[in-house]
This record gives sequence, structure tokens and C-alpha cells, in this order.
Amino acid sequence: MIASRYKAPLLSVLLLLSLLGIWEALTPAVKSAEDMTEYELLMGGASEEARVPPPSAIIVKAFEELSNPVYDNGPNDKGIGIQIAYSLYRVLTGYLLAALLALPIGFLIGMSPLAYKTLDPFIQVLRPISPLAWMPLALFIIQDSEASAIFVIFICSIWPMLINTAFGVANVRKDWINVARTHELGNLRTALSVILPAAAPTILTGMRISIGIAWLVIVAAEMLVGGTGIGYYVWNEWNNLDLTSVIFSILVIGVVGMLLDALFARVQSAVQYQE
Amino acid sequence: MTMTDNTPLLEIQNLTRRYPSPDGGEPLTVFENANFDINRGEFVCIIGHSGCGKSTILNVLAGLDTATSGVVSMEGREIGGPGLERGVVFQNYSLLPWMSALKNVMFGVKARYPDWTRKQVRDHSYKHLEMVGLGQGSEKRKPSQLSGGMRQRVSIARAFAIQPKLLLLDEPFGALDALTRGTIQDELIRVWSGSDQTVFMITHDVDEAILLADRILLMSNGPFATVAESVVIDIPRPRRRADIIHDSAYYPIRNHLVDFLTTRSRELSQAENRKNTRNQKPLTVHPGLTGSDEAHTTQPEPPADNNPPSLTMLTGTQP
Ligand SMILES: Nc1ncnc2c1ncn2[C@@H]1O[C@H](COP(=O)(O)OP(=O)(O)O)[C@@H](O)[C@H]1O
Ligand SMILES: [Mg+2]
Repeated sequence: MIASRYKAPLLSVLLLLSLLGIWEALTPAVKSAEDMTEYELLMGGASEEARVPPPSAIIVKAFEELSNPVYDNGPNDKGIGIQIAYSLYRVLTGYLLAALLALPIGFLIGMSPLAYKTLDPFIQVLRPISPLAWMPLALFIIQDSEASAIFVIFICSIWPMLINTAFGVANVRKDWINVARTHELGNLRTALSVILPAAAPTILTGMRISIGIAWLVIVAAEMLVGGTGIGYYVWNEWNNLDLTSVIFSILVIGVVGMLLDALFARVQSAVQYQE
Repeated sequence: MTMTDNTPLLEIQNLTRRYPSPDGGEPLTVFENANFDINRGEFVCIIGHSGCGKSTILNVLAGLDTATSGVVSMEGREIGGPGLERGVVFQNYSLLPWMSALKNVMFGVKARYPDWTRKQVRDHSYKHLEMVGLGQGSEKRKPSQLSGGMRQRVSIARAFAIQPKLLLLDEPFGALDALTRGTIQDELIRVWSGSDQTVFMITHDVDEAILLADRILLMSNGPFATVAESVVIDIPRPRRRADIIHDSAYYPIRNHLVDFLTTRSRELSQAENRKNTRNQKPLTVHPGLTGSDEAHTTQPEPPADNNPPSLTMLTGTQP
């Protein structure tokens, strides 16, 4: 008998296989040359390229790409590993810069109602702006597409971290602060040894939301700035009408996003505590 | 009680707490002109109806809150904020939930003795956990994995481990079941009698107060509450829960307390009976000493079964 904890994964695999089967079955077979009309022959069999490829083609493609992920044959032909590395580099740089700013400011806002009231209007106006709306301004001011992409990641990651940190810090139980006070801890030690661990789960929630958003935004940003990265890769393959590669890279984006999220979930459960 | 020094450890003068009324009228006076002293090594309990300001007074003594007027001084110096010479045990334990029991105690010890090595801090902390019956593995558990009684033990161990001059306890056993409460009361007595600690404790349990205290301060009802009486518990130590009810002083004291809480606490706060207590120390009474008239004014024992329902809540466990 199958242990019950294997049931859900097994069902997931079955569902996947049946969906892929349906997809494969619904994909029209490639016509052989004799069956093509004159027009189709003239077009060089272009309609074959334009159809949505079946899963089998994507699996073959994935195998090819993943068996040699880091080759570099010039600007329009780089391995998927290299493209992902570029995207991750931009995401992590922008994200870390955002964390360096958001965490201390979030702490300040959380601890001081005055700072909260002063900064709140700015946050409320800046937060709903789509990160991509900053792109033209960033390109104009920074004059560098690479740095502009990093800036866009920075600006979109900052808000969830900032708001969650402020919220977590402001809602630390008064009793715990009193424990620090009765033990004569200074402000810095109170912040580090009581407020930080108390607010850590909330802060990590914000950081996890931020990394998710950053990964969503990098694809769009790279489609705009071009050159390298997984977003550019998707766009480039679309221009080549290579839908197999497009679908393959979409899947890779999903898997990398999932891994990033899983990483943060790990950290989050490490700082989680039960009251 | 153990160490006698003629100057009190703590002096509270004309302590008053008012809240501005929300509609701009007369401010709400929670308590007014509370005057009392606490001597070195003394175990003092304070009893009064809920809302009369006991927690506020304790928080002022802890330095966590400020009064509207009045002075609190410890060894002649005015208390201006919290300090390590005063340890606090809160009703809700206030353990840091992300740390193990041992780490929670070590947190206090590290703050108190910053020069100690990690091993010294650890050993000292572990010793104090053992004193309240923890250890043998339970020190590694987080507060969420401990029962209410165990959490309160950790909290008491943390307070004792920093060896404060004054220990402040706000209804420390209020949330515990009667059996656990009894055990921890015994532990508290044992730990306290082996030290020269001065204790100020809020309780709503008359029997608990008689078991533990050298002296019980009685507060009249709010608004305009005040510390009306200081009842000396003339029952020799060591006291044991099982024997104490057979002491001839027990029921006179108990009846005096119950009488105060059921009737006099209310009467004293009625406007026509209210006295100006400015610079007035509470009346010291010895209901347990035979011959004192207090001993004769009380109803015959045992009073437990005749208690009105509201009183049962106040008195907690019956002997
Ligand atoms: N912000 C406030 N405004 C008005 N009254 C308050 C405020 N905070 C506390 N009080 C009053 O102060 C009184 C004292 O509370 P507390 O010290 O907790 O009493 P106790 O511990 O004796 O039950 C209560 O009656 C409460 O209503
Ligand atoms: Mg209270």
C-alpha cells in the first residue's frame, strides 16, 4: 500500500502526464513534403514553425539546452544557464540594495510614530507605481541599461520589505520590550536582541514577497533593456519564432522562481517562533 | 524579614495617578496619596479589587510607568526608570518565545553580569532553573512547549537569577490552576527564604497572601483608591500550606481581609468616608494577635461556605 504522504505527489505526476498527453494528442502532426500545397512549399514549411510545439519537442529542447547550459556563441546565442545567471545577478543586486535601505528605514518607521507619519505619504504615493514606469526615467538618468534594470528591481523590492519591517517592529509585544527595559538593555541591544527576533517572521514574509515580485519584474525589464538575461532570451526566441524555446524558457522562469521562494521559505521557518 | 536595617528599602510617598477625562471634565483619579514603606527582606503582598491601580503602582515601582504625582525612592534615591536592581515577574510570564527556557534565564543573567564568561552565565542560570524544579532537559524547551506553570517557573527563575534588591510580582499565579499554584507558591517561599530578597507582590488570592506575606497592604476601591491598611501576618515561619490553617491567627487574619474586601474597601472609597491621606501612612493592624480588638470583630470560622459568589473569585482556593 502506498503511504498517504505519497498520494498528493503521485496525483500531481498523474495530472501532469495526462495534461501533457492531451496536449501532445491535440497537436496536429507535421505534414510530410508530398502533402504540402504549393503555397506551403513556397513558404518553406513556415507553418510548421508557427504551430504550438508538442511537449515531446519541448522535452527534447530542454534536454539539449540543459546538457550544455553555459555556452556562449555571441550576443544572440548564449546557454540558458548564462541567461539565468545574468537575471539572478540583477535580481539579487537590486534586491540586496533594497534590503539595505528598507530594513533600517522600516525599523525606524516601526519604532517612531513621528517617522512613520512623516514618511507615510511618500510611501503611499510611490508604492503603487509599476516598477516598469520608472524605466524611461532610469534609462535617462543612469544612462546604462544594466544599472537601470537593477534600479527597477531595487524599486519594486523595496516596498514589501519596508512595510513589513515597519509593521513587524511596531507590533512587537510591549511585554517583550518591557523585559528589555527592566534588564537595562540599551536601544541598540534592544533592537538586536529583542525587536529583531520578535519581528523576524514578519520581516521575512516581506522579504519573501519582495523576491517574488523582483523575479516577476526582471523578465519584463529584460525584455525592455535587451542584451542578456532570461527575459531577453524569451523575447529573442519569440522574434526567431522558436516557440519551443519560448515555452522551455517560460518553464525555466517558473522553476527558478519556485526555488527562490523555497529558499526564503526555509529562512522564514528558521526564524519562526510560536507564542 | 531576615535582614533588619532601620531604614526601609523602598519609600512611597503620596503616589497618585490621574487620567485626563476624555470629555475635558474632571480627571479620573485612579488612586491618590498612597503612602507605604517596604523594609529590607520583607515579603509584602498588596490586595485590592480589580481596577484600583495595583498594577499601575507595581509598574511605577518597576520604573516602567510614571505616576501623576508622588515620589518613589529606593535606598534614598528616587526611581526614575527601570533597573536591574528591581526584577519583575509579569502575569503573562513575558518569556521571549524564540528562546529556550535556559536562554531566557541567561538573557537576564548576561544583562546583569556582562563580565561573566558564557559558562558562568550558563551555570548560574541552570542553577536557578533547578531551584524552581526545572532542568533535566526541560530547560532546552521553548516557552510554547512548556505548561503555564513551567513558564511561570522560568520567569521566576529569571527574576531571582539577576539577584535584584527588590522583586516585583504582578499576580504571578493568576492564570494557573490551584494545584500548580500551590506547588509554585511553595517553590517561591523556598527560594525566597534562602535569599535576602525583598518581594512586593500583587495577588487576588487571600490565602496565597497569608501563606506568603509578612505584611499585606489593603487597597480601597477606585476611583480615589488608596492604601488603607497594612495587615501584619503574625504567623511564624516556616509556614506550610497544610498546617497554616490550624494556626490560631489564621482565621482572624483571613476574616479581617475578607471583611475588608467585601465591605470596607467599598465604604472607604465612598465620598463621605474618604479621608485625606496626604502624608498618612496606612493603619497597621495585627488581627492575628489575640487581644487586639480586630481579632474579635470577625465572624466565627470557617467562613468559606458562606461566602457570596463574588468573594469566591477573590479568595481563590479554599483551604
Ligand atoms: N489610558 C487610561 N485612561 C483612563 N483610565 C485608565 C487608563 N489606563 C488605565 N486606566 C484605569 O486605571 C485603573 C488601574 O488599572 P490597574 O493598575 O491595571 O488596576 P489593577 O491592577 O488594580 O486591576 C483601571 O481602573 C483602569 O480603568
Ligand atoms: Mg492588574
